[in-house]
Amino acid sequence: MKVELENLSKRWGNVYGARGVDLDIKDGEFVVFLGPSGCGKTTTLLMVAGIYKPSEGLIHFDGQVVNTVAPKDRNIGMVFQSYALYPHMDVFHNISYPLKLQKAPKAEMEERTQRVADMMGIGHLMERKPAMLSGGQQQRVALGRALVKEPGLLLFDEPLSNLDARLRLSMRSEIKRLQLELGITSIYVTHDQVEAMTMADRIAVMKDGQLQAFATPEELYDRPRTMFIGGFVGNPPMNFAEVAVSRRNDSFHARREGLDVVVPSDRGEKASASDKGIMGIRPEDVTIADEGVSGEVFVVEPLGRDHLVTVDIAGIYVHVLADPALGLHIGDKVKVNFNTSKVQFFNPETEQSLLWA
Amino acid sequence: MTTGTIETGRKAGLQRFLGQTLPYILLIITILPIIIGYAWILIATFSVRTEGLVPKDANGNIGGFTLQNWSFLNDPMIWRATLNSFTIAIGMVIGVGVVSTLMGYALSRMNFAGRKGLLGMIIVLQAFRAEMLLIAIFQVLVFIAGIPLIGKSFGFNTVGGVAFVMIALQLPLGVWLMKGFFDNISWDMERAALIDGASRFRVWWEIIIPLIKPGIAALAIFNFIQGWSNYLIAATFTIGTKVSTLPVFLNQFSGDTSLASWNSVAALGMFQLIPVMIFFIFTQEALLSIYGGGAKGGV
Ligand SMILES: Nc1ncnc2c1ncn2[C@@H]1O[C@H](COP(=O)(O)OP(=O)(O)O)[C@@H](O)[C@H]1O
Ligand SMILES: [Mg+2]
Repeated sequence: MKVELENLSKRWGNVYGARGVDLDIKDGEFVVFLGPSGCGKTTTLLMVAGIYKPSEGLIHFDGQVVNTVAPKDRNIGMVFQSYALYPHMDVFHNISYPLKLQKAPKAEMEERTQRVADMMGIGHLMERKPAMLSGGQQQRVALGRALVKEPGLLLFDEPLSNLDARLRLSMRSEIKRLQLELGITSIYVTHDQVEAMTMADRIAVMKDGQLQAFATPEELYDRPRTMFIGGFVGNPPMNFAEVAVSRRNDSFHARREGLDVVVPSDRGEKASASDKGIMGIRPEDVTIADEGVSGEVFVVEPLGRDHLVTVDIAGIYVHVLADPALGLHIGDKVKVNFNTSKVQFFNPETEQSLLWA
Repeated sequence: MTTGTIETGRKAGLQRFLGQTLPYILLIITILPIIIGYAWILIATFSVRTEGLVPKDANGNIGGFTLQNWSFLNDPMIWRATLNSFTIAIGMVIGVGVVSTLMGYALSRMNFAGRKGLLGMIIVLQAFRAEMLLIAIFQVLVFIAGIPLIGKSFGFNTVGGVAFVMIALQLPLGVWLMKGFFDNISWDMERAALIDGASRFRVWWEIIIPLIKPGIAALAIFNFIQGWSNYLIAATFTIGTKVSTLPVFLNQFSGDTSLASWNSVAALGMFQLIPVMIFFIFTQEALLSIYGGGAKGGV
């Protein structure tokens, strides 16, 4: 199913849940709504589901406006963070409930319910009540219930937040795989940028009810259009420092007290158009080296494979992903090298990228 | 070695005593007066007279079993009163049950004009005791009695009128209680059902109501007992035996008869208890699940 949101807003009094959201979702696409808590992801999703009535704007499914269509007639399935299973019904009746409401013949209902349950790996739990299932199993039941109607659109509202880290990882890949196999258009809401990066065909980044960007994970990562996106996407987050970029002897320099780095001329040229800029660089693009900017180790946090080292460079703290074999300690004097081919620049006032319009 | 195990054995024994046996002993001691009271009533209803808990016959010997005390069952008026009480009790169960579940749901889920005011009024209304309102209610019932058709069934000195007043007086508590139960059900469950294809009514009926069954059962038994045993409203707004209820009948009965037949009064009291016990047996499973944490009330 193709989904198109046109200037979609939801307002309670003067509180905006969502504000002027424009979005085109292709048939079969897996789109993730990403943003911090309270940014309007759920609100937008519930408008798509037909639970909330939009205050403004249109929702199109396959070109048809569905604003006034009831949730049950939208041909959608939804999975909630709280699972929202019916506690008084067993697994079979939970999954088959949508079919029962469609008045499907009994034999067909049983057959389809069993098939979906088997696909979700819970076929042997049909007689259990939700209270007797683990969190992971409950989530599978919720997924089964959303899938059994074979909907044209699947909606997920932070479905993995209540699971432990390990289970989250395996369910993540399972949902992604399932979606690819079934080819159902999906909107998946999360505040977890790793989930978004790994699962999405395209990510819609939201902030304060507004759409910040709608792009592929790679594009968001490599070419963030705002400082918010740069800081929100990627873990550990991007380093920021205010600099002045200027041209000197055919090369561009980004400078501030204690710092002077040469940046590639294509980026430098765009950045130098503004007299002040905020330079952004990811921790993995900063290395501890023999040559470079001088600094002092402020703190060392082991992450397992890498150490996250915070280096104090003339009063600004820069996160660096460093090899544990370097054996760095607090107070060590180090040299830091910036991989400036990945450096970003933002306008300090508008927080818009100076590189990507 | 050996002493050690004996020690722990003793400790475990003491722990079991403190944890399991002691609470029962304390419970039994606390409710002993009530148990003795009921035991006396039960014994008294089947004996000529009693000394303490010991049944005596007319000559003062132990024994003297008799069914004489139950002879009021031959009086047709008792059956009339029973029917009236039963009608009021069931009327309250249904009336308060239906209005409270519908209104509680609306108050819990919908944002309509005047919702806040209504909620405030519901709390305030609970502060007024029925006694304070008797005269005002009397005027209302007399007014209703003057309305054609309705007046015959719901006016002053009618069983319907008594039921109507009692339902109204019970509604604030019932609505508030039900709202609390609905508040505890997640919105997501309703949303899921709507998306699954249920109509609003079906969501309410098939998903929400089953989840608050314990609350409905509690409300039902509470209202049944209220309706069945209330004296004040029935005695105030009825005159004449045709419309009198069982408690009113019991009162007249104990007032009319001589001191010697207290045993008959006890039998009538016992008779009045039977339906309450039956009702309790049918709802107890649902009631227990409230205390077991199956559902929680609240604001
Ligand atoms: N029913 C509602 N009434 C009033 N405000 C709401 C309602 N639902 C959400 N909001 C507000 O809308 C904003 C977005 O909420 P939500 O969509 O739930 O955020 P998210 O899902 O991204 O965490 C929040 O500021 C929230 O307080
Ligand atoms: Mg949310």
